[in-house]
Amino acid sequence: MYDFAYHKPTTVADAVKILSADPEARPISGGQTLLPALKHRLNKPTAVVDLSGIAELKGIRREGDRLVIGALAKHGEVANSPEVKAAIPALAQMASTIGDTQVRNRGTIGGSVSNNDPAADYPAAVLGLDATVVTDKRRIAADDFFQGMFTTALEPGELLVAIEFPIPEKAGYAKMRNPASRYVMAGVFVARTKSGTRVVVNGAGPGVFRQAEMETALAANWSADAVAGVKQSPDGLNGDIHGSAEYRAHLVTVMAKRAVANAG
Amino acid sequence: MTVVTPFEGIGASVKRKEDLRFLSGRGRYTDDINRPGQAYAHILRSPHAHAAIRGIDLAAARAMPGVVAVFTGADMVGLGGLPCGWQIHNKDGSPMAEPPHPVLAQGKVRFVGDAVAVVIASTRAAARDAAEAIEVEYEVLPAVATMEAALAPGAPAVHDGVAGNLCYDWHIGDPAVNAAAFQGAHKVVEFELVNNRLVPNAMEPRAAIGDFDPTTGDYTLYTTSQNPHVIRLLMGAFVLQLPEHKLRVVAPDVGGGFGSKIFHYAEEAIVTWAAGKIARPVKWTADRSESFITDAHGRDHVTKARLALDAEGRFLALHVQTLANMGAYLSTFSTSVPTYLYATLLAGVYTTPTVYAEVKAVFTNTVPVDAYRGAGRPEATFLLERLVDVAAREMGMDRIEIRRRNFIPNDAFPYQTPVALQYDSGDYVATLEEALKVADWAGFEQRRQAAKAAGKLRGIGISTYLEACGIAPSAVVGALGARAGLYEVGTIRVHPTGSVTVLTGTHSHGQGHETTLAQLVTDRLGVPLAQVDIVHGDTAKIPFGMGTYGSRSLAVGGSAMVKAMDKIVAKARRIAAHLMEASVEDVEFDRGTFRVAGTDKTKSWGEICLTAYVPHNYPIEEIEPGLDETAFYDPKNFTYPGGCHICEIEIDPDTCQVAVVNFTAVDDVGRVINPMIVEGQVQGGVAQGIGQALLETAVYDENGQLLSASFMDYQMPRANDLPPVSVATHTTLCTHNPLGVKGCGEVGAIGSPPAVINAVVDALRDYDVRHIEMPATPAKIWGIIHAGQRLAAE
Repeated sequence: MYDFAYHKPTTVADAVKILSADPEARPISGGQTLLPALKHRLNKPTAVVDLSGIAELKGIRREGDRLVIGALAKHGEVANSPEVKAAIPALAQMASTIGDTQVRNRGTIGGSVSNNDPAADYPAAVLGLDATVVTDKRRIAADDFFQGMFTTALEPGELLVAIEFPIPEKAGYAKMRNPASRYVMAGVFVARTKSGTRVVVNGAGPGVFRQAEMETALAANWSADAVAGVKQSPDGLNGDIHGSAEYRAHLVTVMAKRAVANAG
Repeated sequence: MTVVTPFEGIGASVKRKEDLRFLSGRGRYTDDINRPGQAYAHILRSPHAHAAIRGIDLAAARAMPGVVAVFTGADMVGLGGLPCGWQIHNKDGSPMAEPPHPVLAQGKVRFVGDAVAVVIASTRAAARDAAEAIEVEYEVLPAVATMEAALAPGAPAVHDGVAGNLCYDWHIGDPAVNAAAFQGAHKVVEFELVNNRLVPNAMEPRAAIGDFDPTTGDYTLYTTSQNPHVIRLLMGAFVLQLPEHKLRVVAPDVGGGFGSKIFHYAEEAIVTWAAGKIARPVKWTADRSESFITDAHGRDHVTKARLALDAEGRFLALHVQTLANMGAYLSTFSTSVPTYLYATLLAGVYTTPTVYAEVKAVFTNTVPVDAYRGAGRPEATFLLERLVDVAAREMGMDRIEIRRRNFIPNDAFPYQTPVALQYDSGDYVATLEEALKVADWAGFEQRRQAAKAAGKLRGIGISTYLEACGIAPSAVVGALGARAGLYEVGTIRVHPTGSVTVLTGTHSHGQGHETTLAQLVTDRLGVPLAQVDIVHGDTAKIPFGMGTYGSRSLAVGGSAMVKAMDKIVAKARRIAAHLMEASVEDVEFDRGTFRVAGTDKTKSWGEICLTAYVPHNYPIEEIEPGLDETAFYDPKNFTYPGGCHICEIEIDPDTCQVAVVNFTAVDDVGRVINPMIVEGQVQGGVAQGIGQALLETAVYDENGQLLSASFMDYQMPRANDLPPVSVATHTTLCTHNPLGVKGCGEVGAIGSPPAVINAVVDALRDYDVRHIEMPATPAKIWGIIHAGQRLAAE
């Protein structure tokens, strides 16, 4: 780890001020990605801005037909929240499977979504539920937010404040873990919402993406059988020492079936 | 008064004495040790698999804050390289190629991780900062990352002067007899397989502290080693030219070794030498990333085999051709692993009359490869037990029946194999029968049908194996090229009040020696376990020792202790005879009490011990005071544990994930001293075997970069990957050591991989699968199931 300055602001405005003034400063919440990178000297920020003291970023609350989750909500909090379990059980279930106990007690939803790791869980739920990402400056639709591997619509200095999830009629998630890292090797989030049926794939490609054919099939017939016949193209999917793009494409169909079954 | 104490001797599952300190965080590992004035070393390593060093600019690094010294290979010219401990000879009788293994690179780097320079600074971070300021000018050279690439015509040479990257071309057995036996065989089964390369990953990364006392000129090395005396010898005599009396090596608590901490590593020499140069202690601790690219890897064989059978399925001849990857340099015992620890095991538990094995050892631009739990024997066992299954299938025979038909029968011991070894004892039918019963082999078909109804593919696999351990008679290994003796040393130091300190040349790094070895003393001398301490891991305390590997600690080190205890008892009986005014022949000793035979005259252990040290009434003209004896024990033979492992798995045909649902290990490890510890050792070994079979593999790209260089990509077994393991033992005694023990440290890792793969192949019986290479990952199994290989079974 290289030396860096450390800031612990107590308001979003102060945090944004520091981050905007110094493009080499990095925000940190749970630190589950940034800290290992710092320890490996893969990242050399001038300053680390610790968000954990900002009350505005905390909390999970129901607001009418939406569930609003503050950026600092830890995976363990989401997994165990009565509000989340009642409104979107698939989201609570997803959170309960992220990493291990230690990760779930440190990692935050804001950190995960801002980072947009292709093998992360939450981006699939955010896109699958047609959620809105709220920042200190604006509101961004999930369809516009995720822009490929580790890339989002966030501008330099812009801070994710909360995520607003519309409450779906049904939603379900299934994933196959990478055998070594236990990150997502291929996962599918399915949801039936007021705005339509969504099927989102994570892990298998360079970023989360909607599976249009499966959405059509599922909109017509909400059943595991409906997606069972839809083959995912391996084009553009990840291939590595753990499995080929073809294997991941196969897993997408398997996980889609299981996600629908999990959604009930 | 009668004091009732729980039985703590041989056969008692007493809890491990060392666990309280380990489980409460009070273990004292090398990195826990800090010396006054200590500086920290960071080693700059090659990012290239193969490159010439055209220049190194140290100026900026030397100017960095906190830097004490920066050294490169140029500073170590004149010192020795890291030695190889076993010389193998080629088929033509010439010695193997043994290129230099410099401590710091001399003009060239040969694998990613090769040490180029060392920075010593006042803090670890300062040393690392300065290392980043070193400018190395590399001329990148083409690399050979695989044995296939290294052996290709015109391949780049890893070492100048080593033709064809071949370390040796060795063989064992009689080729003419072997070839003749293939003539007229009913069937010849041909088979090729890979034994996958593994990264050892001990929980504790390697660490070393060099210390130098300018007043006395004495050096001390604290290191994560399985054999401190061997390190003292190798480093002192071959690398740094320091005599033993000026060099102390301490291996304190060590958090796992699995072989990877046997070897003498560059960092040990660097910190010891540098401590002398700067007259300050120097500490180095590997981080996990460094461990992946510097700890010697394991396995990495590619093998072709042919098995000749008669019409009844009896094995007539075995011919094996193996390529063994040595990596970039010869690690300490690397050369012995694919030869004398591998090919000598190719008879297995079978009566195959002729075995001929040819082994080529190959240099590549990868991390050196050396012994890893089992070391050669897992490779031999995997080959044999897969081959036997394939032969059974191609002969249309039952897998159990073909094994039974070829077992060495109980009345054939001692059994001379065609590959040098002579087995002393075993009962392969008994371990097979018990394993079949424990695993409910007969009920498998019902379980398979139930799994099928649930949409799962269920398979069962078996392995009946044998290994040679307790290494070894010094004269035998010397004749085979070992450059060391392989005896062991034990000192029994009885104190005036009767408690006992044992000094052993073996080393415990997870095995539980502080308990098992103490039980030997309790059993023989009657001293309660709490009054026996086992001291190991310090050349200043222990007379000598060859260390712990190859499941030798009890068979060799325990036997040395027995010899020393024999001397203690003999002397104590003479003291007792004097005190009881009896003839020494009439004095009996049984667990703490000396008695004149046939009388009620007794003396307690404590009285005799006190008399030995307070010799007022003592036969001082005949015997010396004191009760402190040392014995060296050189074994007469290897020991031969063996047994039967049965694995049951289920494949989810959708994801193609394998779940190990049951595992049975019935092992003959000779006399069992502590059944609980044996069970733990077998479970741990099986976990590593399942890891090799299903999860772990070291993957290099064609440029020699290790792709599986962290736990993000290298899959260590975790709790939820492992089944309940049913462990049982069936004992036949070793006939040539005083305890009858054989060893249990490696059986789990040796016997299990073929049982797992045999089960996977069995589960895929409806698909055209002859073999699946380890690790049997979901992606590989998906390839089999979904690549149009489905047989028209319907």
